[in-house]
Amino acid sequence: MTEMVHGSIPAQQGEPVLSRWWRTVDRWTISSVLLLVAIGLLLALASSPPLATRNHLPPFHYFERHLIFVAMSVGIMLFVSMRSPETVRRWAVLGFIIGFATLLALPVIGTDFGKGATRWLSLGFTSIQPSEFVKPCLAVTAGWLLAAGQDLNGPPGRLMSLGVTVATVGLLVIQPDFGQSALVLFGWGAMYFVSGASIVIITGLAATVVGGGFIAYNVSEHFARRIDAFLSAELDARSQLGYATSAIQEGGLWGMGVGEGQVKWQLPDAHTDFVIAVAAEEYGFLLVALIIALYAVICLRALMRLTRERDPFVRLAGTGLVAMLSAQAMINMGVAVRLLPAKGMTLPFISQGGSSLLAMGLMTGMLLALTRSRPQGEISELLQNRGR
Amino acid sequence: MIRTPLRPLARILDAREQGVNPQSIERENLRLRREQARDAGRRRAEWRLLFLAVAFFAGYAAIGAKMGMLAASPVVESEPYAGEGISGARADVLDRNGRILATNLVTHSLYAEMRYMIDGARAAHELVQIFPDLEEESLSQRLTDPRRRFTWIRSRVSPEQAQATHDIGEPGLLLGPRDMRLYPNGELAAHLMGGTSYGEQGVTAAEIQGVAGLEYTLNERLSDADLADVPLSLALDLPVQAVVEEVLADGLQMYNANGGSVILMDAHTGELVAMASAPTFDPNNRPAPALTGDPADSPLFNRAVQGLYELGSVMKVFAVAQALELGLVTPDTMMDTQGPIRFGRFRISDMHSMPSRMSVTDVLIESSNVGTARLAQMIGAPQQRSFLQSLGLLDYLPIELPESTRVRPQYDERWSEISMMTISYGHGLSITPLHLAAAYAAMVNGGTMVQPTLLRRPDAPVGRRVISEQTSLQLRRMLRSVVTEGTASFGEVEGYFVGGKTGTADKPNPQGGYYEDRTVATFAGAFPMNDPRYVFVVTMDEPTIFAAGENRRTAGWTVVPVVAQMVRRVAPMLGLRPQDAADVDAELGLR
Repeated sequence: MTEMVHGSIPAQQGEPVLSRWWRTVDRWTISSVLLLVAIGLLLALASSPPLATRNHLPPFHYFERHLIFVAMSVGIMLFVSMRSPETVRRWAVLGFIIGFATLLALPVIGTDFGKGATRWLSLGFTSIQPSEFVKPCLAVTAGWLLAAGQDLNGPPGRLMSLGVTVATVGLLVIQPDFGQSALVLFGWGAMYFVSGASIVIITGLAATVVGGGFIAYNVSEHFARRIDAFLSAELDARSQLGYATSAIQEGGLWGMGVGEGQVKWQLPDAHTDFVIAVAAEEYGFLLVALIIALYAVICLRALMRLTRERDPFVRLAGTGLVAMLSAQAMINMGVAVRLLPAKGMTLPFISQGGSSLLAMGLMTGMLLALTRSRPQGEISELLQNRGR
Repeated sequence: MIRTPLRPLARILDAREQGVNPQSIERENLRLRREQARDAGRRRAEWRLLFLAVAFFAGYAAIGAKMGMLAASPVVESEPYAGEGISGARADVLDRNGRILATNLVTHSLYAEMRYMIDGARAAHELVQIFPDLEEESLSQRLTDPRRRFTWIRSRVSPEQAQATHDIGEPGLLLGPRDMRLYPNGELAAHLMGGTSYGEQGVTAAEIQGVAGLEYTLNERLSDADLADVPLSLALDLPVQAVVEEVLADGLQMYNANGGSVILMDAHTGELVAMASAPTFDPNNRPAPALTGDPADSPLFNRAVQGLYELGSVMKVFAVAQALELGLVTPDTMMDTQGPIRFGRFRISDMHSMPSRMSVTDVLIESSNVGTARLAQMIGAPQQRSFLQSLGLLDYLPIELPESTRVRPQYDERWSEISMMTISYGHGLSITPLHLAAAYAAMVNGGTMVQPTLLRRPDAPVGRRVISEQTSLQLRRMLRSVVTEGTASFGEVEGYFVGGKTGTADKPNPQGGYYEDRTVATFAGAFPMNDPRYVFVVTMDEPTIFAAGENRRTAGWTVVPVVAQMVRRVAPMLGLRPQDAADVDAELGLR
């Protein structure tokens, strides 16, 4: 369409990539992510020595690893954020197919590292967790299917996206990885909600999730023990949660001071699942509040931008990505403050762990690419309304 | 619904007349429709996205608020709590002959009150000499903190430590009397006792509360101040328990097994004379429950009441018993044991070659899967199910241990033909060793059910009848023959006439299917067989031994010798006299 409106600036195809990117990308989100990454590096300096000492490595071994992964992750994020939504969609769908196949083959080719769940793919020099990468790709794929379903004479996109999601969740459950399953389901639920699901169905879906949790509680011992530990009012001070809670209390408002924290010496997961406890103990509630605020900024900025979006694919895929990202952050922090039952989940951008960081870079990159400001036909809409 | 056509006829006709391609009209209409749908979709999604935003914001705010509340809550105990009204009293636990299993010991807690404190830093320095695991720096910080008025240092100190603390001469360090729970026998009967921890703590007393085992279930009785001087008597026999645990530990070492359990129960009253599970722990210093890994690997796991296993051939007794009880067969009826039985995609066959026709007695002695499955076919699925139900094998088995409360036997609810046959020889129904012991007691004691208990109960009422005296006698004869001429030949103990049935079950692989080389070996039975006084169930997890030229994993080579050793040592301690073989055989009607 070539609608010429007086005074509007004609779109320049020849505009340089970088300047167009800088003009249209959400700079608030990028700044927040970079700040979070910086905080992650700061905390890695704190939590690396205890872990390295335990594994007989140089004290800053894990910090150096973290630094390398952070650099790669930020690189991925910036690179992906410069792509167009179509490119993102294409590569994400391809990525999803590959990831799904890998998940399918995981019971055969995967390793469990003695942790009781087959989640990792060992490549010799390093190991990756395919489910982390499948998450963002699934969000985009499901968004694409849902959007296609809304088109005139479109395919039954809702059913297809549900099928894809349920298949993925099934593969995650047999690992077993209930945390990621819940996250994926939640992401799909958010997309479905935004795509215009009727309130009755959404309520039914929520009831199913609760029912599923109840069944998992009765069937899986692994799951039941964590819920029991959460429901029992008395907190065993020797448990991970006990240490985390006391760390937050010790930290208070200002923290005990850099390097003064004790919790990192006691918690085996201080560098991943309970990194927020390390933050609270050493730097106090102020840093924790800043972290929470940064996540909220990323989440709210993305959702605000998506409200203006007219392309259903971009809107849905973006919703899925931001829902998964926010839910993951919330679950991680919610566990540490005992709002939620214990569930191993990394804190986006801050926790150590190569797969998690790289996948987060990919996820945010996609989110940024989808939320870049584009002409939304607002002027024509204005004119139409005025004409009426 | 009225649909607006994409190709309005009037315009198409006009276009045709003017020689314009009518396709373009459809395309334009389509584009306009899409455009409208997009705008409509955006408007519809707007409030939903706003709703999501509000929900996420509320979530972050809740986490932030909870974090802030936690950070603002004080860590210090500000006031010493005298603890009036806290009763540290707790009744002793004794075995059946009055030997002490659990008692209380007066000890001291160590705390500091700052208003009497003269030199906190010095006190901290001296205390670290006495308690090397304390951190001097943080302790000194706590003891010199001007905002603090009170702090706990240790919840329990030994008399030597108390004296050494006293000798520091710091008036701010105070010792409060309190009782501690002591299990003088250490690891003996650890799973039954469970353990305790402190509940409410004050400086003059601390409440002891049970956290597991008997201490938890009977917490109210034990902590009842009126009954504090009345000890609680258990059915347990401490020397017998000690021997049982020793023999089990030796057996596990010899057969290189992961773990095992022993149940020794009075066949008429259901009193548990000994019950052990290995590996074990020290209830005086109960380890923290493991949050990761298989709970069954934890020493806290009581295999006798928590472990659900498909126990294998020991279950054949129930099929034989029911067939006898229903009058379908006699011990001498010849059965067709020609294998394999094909059922759909399943094949039921025997471990080693057997004659194609065997008597019912031989089916049990030789442990024929085919013969047992044929018996099950004669009985029928509903009858089989109700019989096993009447033996309590399909329900929770209540006993005075909290660990048993969530353990329900597992089986396929549909109880199909194939599960009927596999259950008859011990696959497809997972039960605990305690379930098995209770059912075996009914098989051999004359046919009445017993209720297993840890408490002393010499005059238990006679239970519900499940099989006739006659059937019970026939079963005793058969179980005795399993030892004299069948798979349990290593189980013979001269003078005590052990009888029982072996079972070797392949362990289920959590990934699906069964392991080929991992077994749970069980020997269940009773002694003396002419008038059974005690029922035993012994299981071992993954036993293996190299004997007579090959690796042996079956119960006959592993558990049975352990049981023989156990009976040889325990029977005289239980006051049983060796009997004459001729008398017993005559009583049983053998030969």
